[in-house]
Order: sequence, then C-alpha cells, then structure tokens
Amino acid sequence: MTIAIKAEGITRKFGALTAVSDVSFAIERGEIFGFLGPNGSGKSTMIRILCGLLQPTSGRAELDGLDVVNQTEEIKKRIGYMSQRFSLYEDLTVAENIDFYGAIYGLSATELAVRRRAVVDLVGLDDRLEQMAATLSGGYKQRLALACSLLHQPNIVFLDEPTAGIDPVARREIWDLLFRLAAEGTTLFVTTHYMDEAERCSQVAYIYLAKLIAIGRPQDLKRLEGITPEGCAWVEVTSDDSTRLLPLLRRHDDVVDATIFGEAIHALVRQPTGPAALVDFARQQGALQVACRAVPPSLEDVFVSLTRLRRSATEGR
Amino acid sequence: MFHGLWAILKKEIIHIKRDPATRFVFAIPLFELLLFGYAIDTDVKHVPTVVFDLDRSQESRQLLYEFENTRYFKLAKQVQSDQELQAAIVSGEAKVGIKIPPDYSSNLVNGRQGQVQVIIDGSDSTIATRVLNASQQLGFIKSVERDGLSPSQFSIDIRPRLLFNPNLLSVNFYVPGLIGIILQLVTVFLTAFAIVRERERGTLEQLLVTPVSKGGLIVGKLLPYTAIGFGQTVLVLLLMVFLFGVPIHGSVGLLLFLSLVFLVPALGMGIVISTFARNQSEAMQMSLMSLLPAFLLSGFVFPRESMPFLIYLISFLIPATYYLEILRGIILRGAGIAALWDEALILAAFGVFFMALSVRRFKKHLG
Repeated sequence: MTIAIKAEGITRKFGALTAVSDVSFAIERGEIFGFLGPNGSGKSTMIRILCGLLQPTSGRAELDGLDVVNQTEEIKKRIGYMSQRFSLYEDLTVAENIDFYGAIYGLSATELAVRRRAVVDLVGLDDRLEQMAATLSGGYKQRLALACSLLHQPNIVFLDEPTAGIDPVARREIWDLLFRLAAEGTTLFVTTHYMDEAERCSQVAYIYLAKLIAIGRPQDLKRLEGITPEGCAWVEVTSDDSTRLLPLLRRHDDVVDATIFGEAIHALVRQPTGPAALVDFARQQGALQVACRAVPPSLEDVFVSLTRLRRSATEGR
Repeated sequence: MFHGLWAILKKEIIHIKRDPATRFVFAIPLFELLLFGYAIDTDVKHVPTVVFDLDRSQESRQLLYEFENTRYFKLAKQVQSDQELQAAIVSGEAKVGIKIPPDYSSNLVNGRQGQVQVIIDGSDSTIATRVLNASQQLGFIKSVERDGLSPSQFSIDIRPRLLFNPNLLSVNFYVPGLIGIILQLVTVFLTAFAIVRERERGTLEQLLVTPVSKGGLIVGKLLPYTAIGFGQTVLVLLLMVFLFGVPIHGSVGLLLFLSLVFLVPALGMGIVISTFARNQSEAMQMSLMSLLPAFLLSGFVFPRESMPFLIYLISFLIPATYYLEILRGIILRGAGIAALWDEALILAAFGVFFMALSVRRFKKHLG
C-alpha cells in the first residue's frame, strides 16, 4: 500500500497559542481517516496546513509524496477540499458553481461535460442544476460542495465536518458517497463530531488540546490501555428514563464512570458488581424496564476516557 | 501566470449582473455630477445688498441703480439706521451694505466730493474681492464721466482677451475636474470590495485551495470593473456636454482612451486596498482615506501651484492629478497627445505599479 498523507511533527502556533502540537501520522491510499476532537482542538488548523492554506510553524507533511510547503501549487491540482462553512457562491446556480470550479481546475469543455455528468450523478443534484446555491438545503449544499471538490478527480479529499448540521438521512447519504469514493481509491480525510461516523472510518485519530492522543483502527483503540482499567468492565444499562437514572448510577460506589450513549447509559463498573447487581440497584431507585448487559467500550467511551486520563495526567503534573 | 482568468472573469460578470447594487452603479456618478456640478459655482453675481439712503435724492437713486446694473449687487432692502445695516450683515441676510450720507447730492452739485460708504462682509474672500473691485470701479467710472471724459478717450487702453473660457464660467473649469474626482470615487469602491467580500463570505478559502493564479484572480476581477468604469466615464462626459454645456475642444477619442488609461490605476488602488483590508468596513475606511488626497491635492479645489512645496510634491503621487490635467487639457484647451503623453505615461506606470503591488500583497494562504 502507498502512503497518501504523511505528517511528521506538525506544529502550528498563532502567537502565544499552539493550535497543533507535534502531530504525526501516516494515511494509506483509499483510507477513510477520521480526525476527531472537541471544538477548538486543532482539527481545522491541521486540515488547512495539509491543504497548503496555512504554513506549519515546524514539522513537515507530504501529500502523494509532495511537500505541502514547497509544492503547494502542484498539490492543489490533486486535492479536493470541503470547508466547514459553505464556501461556494450563493448567487450562482448549482450548474454555474460546478462550471466555475471546472474552469478553475483547467478542465476543457469536453472534459468538463463528462466530469459534470459524473459528479452530478454521484451526488444526486440532477434536478437542481438551475437552482441558486443560496436556496439549497444544508444537505444539498454539502452535496454541491462535494461535487465541486471532486470535479478534477482528486486523489485526496479533505472534508471538514461534512455532516455538521444536516439531518440524519442526508448524513447517511453523504457517508454512502464517501464509501463509494474510498472504494475507488480516493483517500478521504474527514473531521467529525459524530461517533457513529468515526466507527465507520478505517483509521481514527483523536486530537485533544492540540495534541494527538490516540490513533489507530477503531477496534484497536477500544483495547487501548487505560480505557478499561483492571478489574472493571463496560456495561450498557437501558431503562425507561436514562436521564433520571444517570446521576443515580454515578453515585453507586462501584460505578467509575457513566455517560449517556444513544438512549442507554454506558457505565464503567468495578467488579465483582455485575449487570444483575446494577439492575437491582436501578430498580431500587425506582427505574422501570431496566435491562443491563456487558458491552465492549464504544469509541465515545474511548475518547471520553482518553480525555479524562489526559486531563488527570496534566493536572497531576 | 494568468491561470483561471477567464473563469474568474465570467463569474464576476454573473455576480455583477445579479447584485442588486449594480442598479446604482450608473446612478451614483450621475447623481453626484448633477449635485456637485450645480453646487460648485464660484461665479459671483447678485450679492444680497442692503441700502441705507439718507440722501433720498435723484442722484442717490441713480447711483443705486448703477450698482444694481453691474449685476454684482442685488438690492435686497432699505434700512433706516446704522444698527439695522450692521445687523443685516451679521445675520447673513446681506453681504454688502451701502450707506449714502444726507449731503451726497448737495456735495456733488456744489463740486465737492460725494462720499459713499460700502461695507462688505469679508468672510468669503472670493466674493468680497469681486464686490470690492466692482464698487471701486463703479466710483471710478462715474467720476471720469462727471468730468466729461469717456473711457474711449483714455490715453492707455488695455485690452485683455480670455482664451478657452471667454465668459469665465466656473462651470467650464470645475465640471471636467469633477468628472475625474467622481470617477476616482466610484471606481475605488468598485474594486476595494472585490477580494474582501470573498474573504468575508468564506469563498476565498475555497478558491485558495484551487490552482487559480494570483494574476488570473486579480486581473479577472479587474477587467469587468474596468468596463463598468468606462461606461461611467462615457455617461458623465455626455452629461457634461449636453446638460452643463461644456464643449470638448480636443479629440473625444483621445479623451476616452486616456480615461481608460486612468481607470487601471484607479481600480488598481481599490484592489490594493482589498488585499490590505480584512473586512468590508475596513475596505470602506481605507477607500475614503485614499479619496481625500485626490479630492484636496489633485488640483481639483485648490490650484497646485499655490500649494506649500511639500504638499505640491505629494500631489505628484496622486493619479487623479494627472487625469485632471488630461481632462482640462483636452476639454478646455483642446490639447493633443503631444502635450499630454507624459501624464498618460505616468498614469500607465501607476497602473502597472498597483497591479504588481496587489499581486505581491495577495497571499495564496490564510493567516
């Protein structure tokens, strides 16, 4: 496998603030690389450095073997970029936006006709070509942005929170698109807040306070040291009212941590307290329809634990 | 070097066509020319005048009639006391007061000197000087006439001849200059927002990750606005000729060509501003700042020759200075390219300089 994106010790400072600190990773061709972290942790800065929009303070990065600082213009022909905010022209129609970017990327009229057909079919914008971009819904704006970033058949596409603020159906459709692209060999670098999206990535990196604190395949991250401390196990508790039950569970002596996960509660429990004991406890607290089972940690559990571990490590110092 | 120029150009034309503000793009220079063209009139005539006539004789009435006949004075009203005369001037009701003493006519009849007092509001020096000269001249002419001498009998006869603007109409001098100033004003704003707007809307970020070249981006944005600026030029020139009646003595073709040469630095200045400003309000302030020197130092309001030396030197750094020379040269004096080639060359150099500066200033990355 060939390496599509390689970062080595990337650091970026804005005055006194360090937005990205010593981040390194390697991403193979055709991967969907999920880049996660809380708001303001440096995700967008990292994407902008890799796209050549920002220069790193130190460290180096390569895309397709090209240096992001010295070979920026060459790189720009090979990458697609979808920023967090809709950044196409709202007073142009869908077709005009596509044609504009096609021309900017230097496609000839015949190439453009072929590529326009291809991307419009791919993202499903066929019946909206004459619509003003301003009047598109959030999901369709993202499709248009994706279409424009794919016109020149880039090897690598950067997507900064492509599904932020759009409805679940549109989210699923965008992800189906991303899988199709990855299957064709396009490397995707995606930032997201959604854990279900992260679970679908082939590799995930977690950045916290500018530092990369975990990287790997989702299933490997779940087995990281410290995620499930010795003598503890993850359980999932379902009941009629998880929000009411959560603070009660947290007060239980053997519950190390508990968070809402979907409609259930994920809890890290000290053994020998098992699922059965927790069900009894929850019923005593007045919860109804209680069920409890042992589960592997979710990615969210992993990141919450990693954040907590990192925080206690920094505070302990 | 100009990769993406055509794409940017086409896109800008669509923006311009759809932008609601485009409707005003021709209305603004038109409105400004009308407003300022009528407002700026330094010709002094019909200055409001009050009269305190203590003599009330045939002679005094004749004198007042002659004052009015010069057309510099407009006898607004009669007053009955010195205080009333003073008050009329202080309040601004009148700029001149004429006081004729009770013995005016009797002195004249008895061969003595007839004295008349003319009180002038000196706060506006232009008006005061003209009125002063007119009143003294009237006294002089009337005196020699009383001595039985007519001007044709003077031993020395000076005959001035005014070239180019025989009737000394201030409109002929100001309107061509005004055209230069208005074009500078509207064009800087056209382009000052060109790049800032994209920065603010976030569309620049997307553009920066494409292989578009800086030259293509800047020139592609400049060209459509040059066309608009040219349209505005033609419009205000038409207005000047047909509404203000200022004829173009020189070649219209040369005037249009040199106007085009001026538009490049004028619009280029806007683009330079666009690369400095971080948002539209900053661009607005910088544009206004760049316009003030053009307004005050280009020779539009004050003659450059009478400026302090340092300021005079600064006036050489303002493109509008040269365009004003060109406008007045061609329109008023019928000058040809032989007399104006140096101004044209300097404007072209300014154009190249601003373009180069904006390409240098414009960075293809953020932060």
